[in-house]
Amino acid sequence: MTDIQDYPSRMNDAASKRFGAFSYLPPMDAAQIRKQIEFAVANGWNCAVEHVEPSRAAANYWYMWKLPMFGDTDIDRIMRETEACKRANPGHHVRVIGYDNKAQSQGMSLVVYRA
Amino acid sequence: MSTRSYDAGVKEYRQTYWEPDYLPADTDILACFKIVAQEGVPREEAAAAVAAESSTGTWTTVWTDLLTDLDYYKGRAYRIENVPGDDTAFYAFVAYPLDLFEEGSVVNVITSIAGNVFGFKAVRSLRLEDIRFPVAYVVTCGGPPNGIQVERDIMNKYGRAMLGCTIKPKLGLSAKNYGRAVYECLRGGLDFTKDDENVNSQSFMRWKQRFDFVAEAVFQAEAETGERKGHYLNVTAPTVEDMFQRAEYAKSLGMPIIMHDFLTAGFTANTSLANWCRDNGMLLHIHRALHAVLDRNPLHGIHFRVLAKMLRLSGGDHLHSGTVVGKLEGDKQATLGWIKLMRDRFCAEDRDQGLFFDQDWAHMPGMFPVASGGIHVWHMPALCSIFGDDAVFQFGGGTLGHPWGNAAGAAANRVALEACTEARNQGREMDREGRDVLEAAARHSPELRAAMDTWKEIKFEFDTVDKLAAG
Repeated sequence: MTDIQDYPSRMNDAASKRFGAFSYLPPMDAAQIRKQIEFAVANGWNCAVEHVEPSRAAANYWYMWKLPMFGDTDIDRIMRETEACKRANPGHHVRVIGYDNKAQSQGMSLVVYRA
Repeated sequence: MSTRSYDAGVKEYRQTYWEPDYLPADTDILACFKIVAQEGVPREEAAAAVAAESSTGTWTTVWTDLLTDLDYYKGRAYRIENVPGDDTAFYAFVAYPLDLFEEGSVVNVITSIAGNVFGFKAVRSLRLEDIRFPVAYVVTCGGPPNGIQVERDIMNKYGRAMLGCTIKPKLGLSAKNYGRAVYECLRGGLDFTKDDENVNSQSFMRWKQRFDFVAEAVFQAEAETGERKGHYLNVTAPTVEDMFQRAEYAKSLGMPIIMHDFLTAGFTANTSLANWCRDNGMLLHIHRALHAVLDRNPLHGIHFRVLAKMLRLSGGDHLHSGTVVGKLEGDKQATLGWIKLMRDRFCAEDRDQGLFFDQDWAHMPGMFPVASGGIHVWHMPALCSIFGDDAVFQFGGGTLGHPWGNAAGAAANRVALEACTEARNQGREMDREGRDVLEAAARHSPELRAAMDTWKEIKFEFDTVDKLAAG
């Protein structure tokens, strides 16, 4: 039994909370986030930035940061908006959505900053 | 003023039901059969006989034929093709006028097209390879109660495939111990767990207790992880009254998804349940027990792509598709063909994938293919590459068999899936770099490392029995 590891998830541990795709991997650095945003833009998805208080993270609707950046393919600008959102909303989670208007869905929902 | 007279006797089918010049109408239901005729029966005669038996005809001429417009109502064999690599069999294409079939009734379609004709003496064996449902028929059916996009929104899952696990042992667990296994899988990172198909309501675990304990497990895992979870509560039951009672109870517990076996329970029950799910906002997972009895023999029966099409019309949000890489039968190209039929809005004829016709699904949403059976973390790169994101990967033994338990097994699968998805999005070639991606991910995940060490050598490389015709 000694080499069996306990699974460390706990109800009241913030680190046990997950946020969909990629939340079981170590936090992405800026270069990795950039690659995922590039993937979204290359698919023709429209990026949007959202944020929320951690207590409300399970809700469908987080606060929208401004409006989705329709048609914007400038990765630098999308990265800058996520930073601006983070600075303006200390203590909030921040995610980037890739809206896939053809599928009427989200092709990507990536939490880029965990409060 | 009649132009025909009554002439009693056994029919020459060819005269009436073989029409090589017929141009199928856009509204016709088209079928492709693979036929092995009896010795001495010409192909045209066998094809015409199949067309007759599956539509208006019987073995002899009857006087009441003359009371209707048989030329309008009859099925017609309109084309014959060789089966590549098999001299004994041939493909026969038959066109049926739309009004031979009741609207919105896959029951009626399959009863006609795959009814008595399959026991017919003029053919030695018969296989229904494909059916083209015209848009005019598709729009009379309900289809998937929710569909892929609605399910993603309900479950809040984006940008990756979903993960499931069938709880084992299949039979014999008490409801409370069963709920424990569910909770462990879900807290470890799976999106869904699943009742096995033969878990209905046996004496060792009645459905009500199972539903109660599973609901607690689902809610607890949701609270712990902050993610949405579901368990496919199997409502397959001896009567439709029992089926609906179980479905209603699952809904009253706040569960998002239920499950049904569409072939053993039948298309009537399935269509009713799908309609109920649409009205009640419940997701519907469809299992396919019995399918291999119908679809495995390459010369006789019904191909799975036909069963998948029937199910999309009858209604389901998930359907088991095979894995290509696991323990169960499934030729890769053929599997890609029927995955397309489950998900896409329009599927063009593609003989390389066994699609004999264009199929337009009109308004009908797509279903998630479910890859289940003998898969583990080492299969993840291939699964991501074959199925893409709109699929559910179900690891039964590949979760529960983890040396540290279900939660660790679930986490290993989730880490592997996310690592492969991230790498694919970066443009890396999964078929070639899959091993590197998994090895790198395992450096951050002891659960994945242990899973990779446990299943290292397991492979399933038997020859496929039902291959697509060569050439």
